[in-house]
Amino acid sequence: MKHRFQSQGFNFGSAFFTGLTGLATALILVFLVIILGNIFLNGWEGLSWRFVSTIPKKDFFEPGSAAVLPMIVGTTIRVFVMTLFVIPVGVITAIYLTEYASTTSLYTRIIRAAVNNLAGVPSIVFGLFGLGFFINFIGKNLDQMMNASGPHFGQPAVLWASLTLAVMTLPVVIVATEESLKAIAPGLREASLALGATKLQTIWKIVLPNALPGIMTGAILAISRAAGEVAPIMFTGAAYYMADLPKSPTDQFMDLGYHIYVLSTQSPDIEKTRPILYATVLVLLLLTFALNAVAIVVRSRMRKAMRAGH
Amino acid sequence: MPEPVLQKIAMPEAPAQPTTGTVPLIEADKLSLYYGQSKALKEISLTIPEKLVTAFIGPSGCGKSTFLRCFNRMNDLIDGVRIEGQINIGGHDIYGDDVDVIELRKRVGMVFQKSNPFPKSIYENIAYGLRLHGIKAKSELDGIVEHSLKGAALWDEVKERLNASALGLSGGQQQRLCIARTIAIKPEIILMDEPASALDPIATARIEELILELKEQFTIVIVTHNMQQAARISDYTAFFYLGTLVEFDVTSKIFTAPKERQTEDYVTGRFG
Repeated sequence: MKHRFQSQGFNFGSAFFTGLTGLATALILVFLVIILGNIFLNGWEGLSWRFVSTIPKKDFFEPGSAAVLPMIVGTTIRVFVMTLFVIPVGVITAIYLTEYASTTSLYTRIIRAAVNNLAGVPSIVFGLFGLGFFINFIGKNLDQMMNASGPHFGQPAVLWASLTLAVMTLPVVIVATEESLKAIAPGLREASLALGATKLQTIWKIVLPNALPGIMTGAILAISRAAGEVAPIMFTGAAYYMADLPKSPTDQFMDLGYHIYVLSTQSPDIEKTRPILYATVLVLLLLTFALNAVAIVVRSRMRKAMRAGH
Repeated sequence: MPEPVLQKIAMPEAPAQPTTGTVPLIEADKLSLYYGQSKALKEISLTIPEKLVTAFIGPSGCGKSTFLRCFNRMNDLIDGVRIEGQINIGGHDIYGDDVDVIELRKRVGMVFQKSNPFPKSIYENIAYGLRLHGIKAKSELDGIVEHSLKGAALWDEVKERLNASALGLSGGQQQRLCIARTIAIKPEIILMDEPASALDPIATARIEELILELKEQFTIVIVTHNMQQAARISDYTAFFYLGTLVEFDVTSKIFTAPKERQTEDYVTGRFG
């Protein structure tokens, strides 16, 4: 009884578990460092101002003339156009689900199940869906309505690729927006209604402004997921080669992710192409970081503005 | 079931504030409220006089807050709520088909238990309700904001920082801002749902002083858990138990000579 508080000796189980969780974390960090390190070290030398600012000739496997400007432009455009579509649709859906729909009705449960299942669909299936729905159905019908001589809408285009990505990332935006709407204190809605505001005024002036940072989180997640996707755009808009930058929403475009796929599968001499491949992967990584950084900066500005009370 | 004691409340013969006189403003007639199948309020009838403070007391879950929220139809927001009976305000049935709920809530303001200022500036918290009701001119807004903050005894503390966030105020200040926001749109009635229950004694005392000032202009109905508070600030007190109105009378009578055994047990602290 004297040594009641004395340690019973080394607690093996606790130490083992601490070590195990630490090891798992370290393992992830190691992989991350290996991947990023490999890309930066090997991609750095291929990177040059000329590489990112010129439109390449058709033979983009030649280290001397390879360049990625059209791919940077194409990927950026498709991410922005996708955001333009996915944010309004996702936010409106989330508003319906949290503010209007009855939580118990069968209809609401079906919508929720659909959203959750949408998140689990493989991206290649979205690609095929985009080809079938946007290009062959909507596009072809638009062409027919306008009596176009050749296919104008009924062919792969940056618009259709962006829409396909928007459908794919819809669940991310819906879920993030729903979470931020639910996080708003119910007292704020009551306060607004008690002052004689309509439900619409309350949503528009009180609920949405407070949910904006959460909506931006949804946008950030959607951008991160979409920027590197290749499968959904393979059939819906990405081109193997274009001599010029896309000029209209119905033009095809070159894409960084798809270009990486082309470089690694179509090259006549993989050893000669490797530096270009590394440099292109590095550009894709940097572009994804940059797009995310823009969204994160916008979000922190919003948070600051909210805290300041304007 | 026995007849409720005060089916149709006769105005007590000796009004608590003889100078004010008692004009009935809110009349509830056999009001029942159901959450789905369960009956939360049972045939409540009472008459609340104008420009006095009426307190609702009773143990938790007795229905006093639910009853309060009938007066501005906040219960409409809850799925599965059904109401029977009538509430007349100024002689008008507020559950009638021709009632504009927006207009009703403009005339019947509400202050909640948990202070809930909008995450906006102090100024914007008050301007919000005014803009909703079509007041847009800056000079007019400025005037009403100042007047309301003075009315809520908050002006001197915040006049230097009207554009600062309301969330930077203390709990008591936030609750007075909510009162300012409510009186800015000039309601006739202010409903208060335990407005001081989350505040410290000093902030509570300020709110109580404020309520006594506000009754010059407004009819106040307050739900409170604090019986001393009800005794201090109210002219009339209604005691609720298990969804029924047990007793309603001049406050001094409720606390010194209640007619009902249950009321006496509650106000003397024997249960509840």
